[in-house]
Amino acid sequence: MRETTPQEDLIRGIWKENPVLVQLLGLCPALAVTNTVPNAIAMGLATFFVLTGSSLLVSLVKNWIPSEVRISAYILIIATFVTIADLVLAAVVPLIHKELGAFIALIVVNCMILGRQEAFASKRPVGRSLLDAVGTGTGFMIAMLMMGTFREVLGNGSIMGFSILGENFEPWIVMILPPGGFLTLGFILLTFGWWKERQAESIRVRQWPHGVASGEEAV
Amino acid sequence: MKELPTVSSDANGSDPAMPAAPQASSARLMATLAIAGAFAGLVIVLVFQWADPQIQAHRAAALRAAVLEVLSQPASYQSLYVTSGGLSETPPEGVDTVTAEKVFLGFDESGDPVGYAVTGAEPGFQDFIHLIFGYDAAAGSLLGMKVLESKETPGLGDKIFKDMDFVNGFQGVETPIVGVKQGAATGSDDEVDMITGATISSRTVIGIINHRVEALGADLEAHAATAPRAPAIPSPDPIPADDAAESAVMDDAAEGGEAGS
Repeated sequence: MRETTPQEDLIRGIWKENPVLVQLLGLCPALAVTNTVPNAIAMGLATFFVLTGSSLLVSLVKNWIPSEVRISAYILIIATFVTIADLVLAAVVPLIHKELGAFIALIVVNCMILGRQEAFASKRPVGRSLLDAVGTGTGFMIAMLMMGTFREVLGNGSIMGFSILGENFEPWIVMILPPGGFLTLGFILLTFGWWKERQAESIRVRQWPHGVASGEEAV
Repeated sequence: MKELPTVSSDANGSDPAMPAAPQASSARLMATLAIAGAFAGLVIVLVFQWADPQIQAHRAAALRAAVLEVLSQPASYQSLYVTSGGLSETPPEGVDTVTAEKVFLGFDESGDPVGYAVTGAEPGFQDFIHLIFGYDAAAGSLLGMKVLESKETPGLGDKIFKDMDFVNGFQGVETPIVGVKQGAATGSDDEVDMITGATISSRTVIGIINHRVEALGADLEAHAATAPRAPAIPSPDPIPADDAAESAVMDDAAEGGEAGS
């Protein structure tokens, strides 16, 4: 296995292996609570906190956890951080906590978080695990923000509750309903895929400027 | 990403004769989880200790604001406990004062009662709709309605608290309320215009109010007939309002204690 550099650990989760847009992990909150920007931000922050907290802790205690019970131990650690996030949100921003409802508690089963513990934090030094968690958490946040902005603008004509499209805009209510989440995610993934394909195409053209027919297998 | 060789439970399974990585004893596994669980519990309790008063404060403040709103900003209000023998200023024996069923009686500046605030909840289109309404027991009419909690469909069902025409339509309506379709009103005093596209949600709101009035109306009327006056120490609480959050936390406790003394 090729060793990664710290920069790669940090950047990877943000873009190249974005948890939502590339790995398609953590879709439950990404579909459910991105109907407005504030909800998306609160969910992104809560997940970020849980991810970095549990990555740090898992990485710290990895040598003491027997491999037979590692998954239970990781879930326990994650669930503890989720409960803390839940209580803190309820105490500090009760309105947003009410909006997010059960989805805060459901961060426990967000496979993106357990995935990072199992695949990365449990095998790497603390610093690297933290970088990876920060990168992945930021990537998740970016995806949540993209979806939240898209859906709130079209579904409510506003951003962060401030109207930007004016009185005459007839909101596409479907965008803040569950189907809007699927439509938005599908559209974003489509754009992403198209963009990636185009990029791959341009690399191919650069490598074989006189045609790609013979080089097809090599790619 | 490839598995690192440290995790080798699979290798153990396929080749039992050669335990590559020594299997941890059951005692150790249990001890690990027990210690981790104990730590998790400790941390959660500590955070809860810090968060709980604030959560209670938010809840009390929200209820208090709702009571004031549906009774059109009374000068003071008093909690009354719903018991089998009618309304009582003292909580029934052995009942938690915070969770006991209560109605709130508002008073104006001169200490005269303005009406009762009653809460209720029933399943709507998505989930339970919790609401509170102001009720003038003597006249049998409503003073106002406010939805406390609802998960109704955004854009349609959520009009039960976003559509101000619907919300304000409850003021002065006589009970039992009749919900009428838009444009079908006959001008009768017991009619409320329902919301187009949110029939179930608006019907639920009307239903909650009717059912609560049905259940408590007699008690409220009997209590109103006693011509209650504002208590000498104006409820909600005798605590100086230097810290809004703190006094709001004390609300329920203070009410209970005060009523008991």
